Amino acid sequence: MKTKKIATYGLLVALAFILSYVETLVTIPFPPVPGMKLGLANLVVLAALYTMGGKESLVLSVLRIVLVGFTFGHPSTMLFSIAGGLLSWILMLLFMKTKWFSLVGVSIVGGISHNIGQILVAIYIVDNINIAYYLPYLLITGAVTGTLIGILGAMIVKRIKNVQNT
Amino acid sequence: MIKKNDLILIGAVIILGLGIIFFINVTKTEGSKVLITIDGKEYDTFPLDEDTTFTVELDNGEYNTFVIKDGQVDMTEASCPDKVCVRHKEIHYNNETIVCLPNNVVLQIIGGEEDEIDAIAK
Ligand SMILES: [Zn+2]
Repeated sequence: MKTKKIATYGLLVALAFILSYVETLVTIPFPPVPGMKLGLANLVVLAALYTMGGKESLVLSVLRIVLVGFTFGHPSTMLFSIAGGLLSWILMLLFMKTKWFSLVGVSIVGGISHNIGQILVAIYIVDNINIAYYLPYLLITGAVTGTLIGILGAMIVKRIKNVQNT
Repeated sequence: MIKKNDLILIGAVIILGLGIIFFINVTKTEGSKVLITIDGKEYDTFPLDEDTTFTVELDNGEYNTFVIKDGQVDMTEASCPDKVCVRHKEIHYNNETIVCLPNNVVLQIIGGEEDEIDAIAK
């Protein structure tokens, strides 16, 4: 049991690394939003949420932010990852508990809150509320990435559960 | 697998986003000046009706160059690593911004009709 848990952690951290690397290659086409990342690595937090539990997914979320932050990021982008990561984790957990949505819906909540968390940091850093102008674009990108991540997440969750049950 | 609620959520968020974009587009007004802020502090303003090129030089050696042409402002060069500000399209409507987060430099359009109405009201 314990080894399986460690193995799942390892698997998901590795996946987070790959996704974070992919993310550095992709830029949001329009409009270029300051400090913005797509949040593909939310996939692993989502997977952890559904295969391991709330506490474990938080551990994974923090682990991912710190490890990936030191590998690919600048110290200045860390704050964005933390704000986006924690806000999306807490909202995904809450919405998972309500059972209103499937995993895909929860992922959409995660995608949107990830983006909102980041724009809040940007507003705070430059001290200019007008950046909220990007919010509608962030809602839409959040919904789209959230849906894609949710569909992928559902497939990964199924595979992890298969492994856990063997 | 996907629930009906998920689809309602996707639809609602996209409609909300498009609705706000539509609202911004119908209410936007032409600005007349560009305000430059550094670290949240006002640095300088330039009129949009005079073509010019200006480079903001920061104490730490970083810089941002913007061009005012045909009543629009565009960031054309910057020392930041992400170049988000340079990739941003030119701006000319009130409250539109071009943000360079790494350098903490913001260009913001101001001084359109709305400001004038405010000024008269006062
Ligand atoms: Zn920049």
